[in-house]
Amino acid sequence: MPATRNDQRLWMYQTMVKSRAFEAAIKPAYFEGKLPAFNMANGPIPGEMHLSDGQEPCAVGVCVHLQPGDAVTATHRPHHVAIAKGVDLQAMAAEIFGKRAGLSGGRGGHMHLFDAKVNFCCSGIIAEGMGPAVGAALAARLQGRDGVAVSFIGEGAANQGAFHEALNLAAVWKVPAVFVIEDNAWGISVPKRACTAVARNSDRAAAYGMPGVHVEGNDPDAVCTAAGEAIARARAGEGPTLIEVETTRLEGHFMGDAEGYRPKGEVEALKARDPIPAYRRRLEQDGIEAGLLDRLEAEAKGEVDAAFAFARSTPYPAAEEAFAHVYR
Amino acid sequence: MSTAESLPAEAAAGRRLTIAKAMSEAIAQEMERDPAVLVMGEDIGRLGGVFGTTTGLLDRFGPERVRDTPISETAFIGAAVGLAAAGMRPVVELMFVDFFGVCMDAIYNLAAKQAYFSGGQVACPLVLMTSVGGGYGDAGQHSQCLYATFGHLPGLKVVTPSNAYDAKGMMTAAIRDPNPVIFMFHKALQGMGWLGTVPGSIAAVPREAYTVDLGRAAVVREGRDVTLVGLGATTHHGLDAAAELEGEGISAEVIDLRSIAPLDRETVIASVAKTGRLVVADDDYRSCGVAAEVIASVCEDGRAKLAAPPRRVTFPDVPVPFSPALEHPLLPSAAKMAAAARALVGEREPA
Repeated sequence: MPATRNDQRLWMYQTMVKSRAFEAAIKPAYFEGKLPAFNMANGPIPGEMHLSDGQEPCAVGVCVHLQPGDAVTATHRPHHVAIAKGVDLQAMAAEIFGKRAGLSGGRGGHMHLFDAKVNFCCSGIIAEGMGPAVGAALAARLQGRDGVAVSFIGEGAANQGAFHEALNLAAVWKVPAVFVIEDNAWGISVPKRACTAVARNSDRAAAYGMPGVHVEGNDPDAVCTAAGEAIARARAGEGPTLIEVETTRLEGHFMGDAEGYRPKGEVEALKARDPIPAYRRRLEQDGIEAGLLDRLEAEAKGEVDAAFAFARSTPYPAAEEAFAHVYR
Repeated sequence: MSTAESLPAEAAAGRRLTIAKAMSEAIAQEMERDPAVLVMGEDIGRLGGVFGTTTGLLDRFGPERVRDTPISETAFIGAAVGLAAAGMRPVVELMFVDFFGVCMDAIYNLAAKQAYFSGGQVACPLVLMTSVGGGYGDAGQHSQCLYATFGHLPGLKVVTPSNAYDAKGMMTAAIRDPNPVIFMFHKALQGMGWLGTVPGSIAAVPREAYTVDLGRAAVVREGRDVTLVGLGATTHHGLDAAAELEGEGISAEVIDLRSIAPLDRETVIASVAKTGRLVVADDDYRSCGVAAEVIASVCEDGRAKLAAPPRRVTFPDVPVPFSPALEHPLLPSAAKMAAAARALVGEREPA
């Protein structure tokens, strides 16, 4: 099995840092106007906000293998995947602020990000992106492209009907698709063990005659290896793969979540094995210069700062713009 | 070409087709014209569709473009949205509209919102064809119309043809449309050998491809005294009622809505402005339905001065029962439309 290349590792590191910086920039903006009395409707970013802190390895380990023409569908917790897929950072930030220059002019918001240039979309309904991924994969084959489609879902989505229907359809049609389960162990407040009959959802792949791969350790290199094999299989016409990645949710389900359901000390323990500093240590141990990593970090944070400055300063849509794009 | 011309006049000459044959011919011609068009659904391959919508397509275009699916509506309608986003033009069959309960998420949260949530970046050129209607003893999980259920949701176009000429032209237009189109075909009009067919649904159909604009109602019979509005099967009830009323000296204008979304309010308003009386028939459930929407639109607009309160002839708010003794009395009919029209004409204009 080929080792992950250095350029891939550096890209993964920088992209994880960028994603974390993006979430870090959201936090203070989100709470503006929502304190001292929390009201989700207030502030420059209203509505639910699902942050991806801790889940970055899933996104970068998969997307490092993808081209803009490859399709990705993601979930209600989409920022890390969107950033790894190359979604326009300024337009994404502007969308989250509800601005005209946003990806959809403020019609979608943080749970409904579309960037056609890089074939990215996400949705707020659990397991909903899996059917479209089967279709995107089939389209690639019918159009004679070597494109693949990747659908990211959470571990809770593996109990949805759409999950099972889509896996069967993908397998019976042998489409070039990869399904990636980000197992952060929590479905809002319910732990995986309380609602899922198997310890590993990757075991469920056997029911659909496709390979099931389990990746431990929330490790970008391990995700990269597993995803690389699955995507190569898909491109070679050998059919779909189901991958489950053990990852961590370092924040609440949504911002403002009091997390009374979480065992005492769990979050602290998870933060102690935060995948980003852990990956930096490994890169340094493998001989990557600290100075280079510092530069990559600074570059990523600069890009995020610019995106948020743009998002804040760019205008809101006019009310009548709500009526545009109902039909195409 | 309008339906007003096509219904009685064209039926007299030329090649006459059932709606089933007109639909499969339209799909075949679009598949010939555009390699992006493909068909998916349950039993649409070798069988040619339970309602004959895909007859002959598998032999002509092969299994890559004519795909029998597992019984997994959520997956294959979701897949159709992904195909449409990638530039394909899927025509998908949901065998009975009653089955929408297992796949509505893919229809109204994905297909209907793809253009909007992408700010127009991503289109969803998808046709979902589905059978509607009862009256043949199949009970309430296989006999509903549910026009309003779909017509209520922004981002969908929802159409239902009353005859084969419109069916071909509307299917061709639906496949070429960049939006998701719910194409509802009525079982009482479909022309299946195993199910009775209203004769008026069989019409002369040109061999060449043509389109009938989506979102446009048709005046299928002109009249002065009362406007009878129907859609799909109830269009024929309206025509039969008008023929009956003519013998009594009442001149009825009949409108075939053809489209539920967008709803052609202007055509109805213009007609009622002339007649001053309105009866709307709809074999969907009564409350919050298409008939209510048509009447509200006319009243709210105000240009048409009503000589009498408008009336609805609908299926009542009751699940469709099995026994003919229970179901048949509940269905809209020509007799009920004629009775409503007579009552309105008999009512005096307010002083």
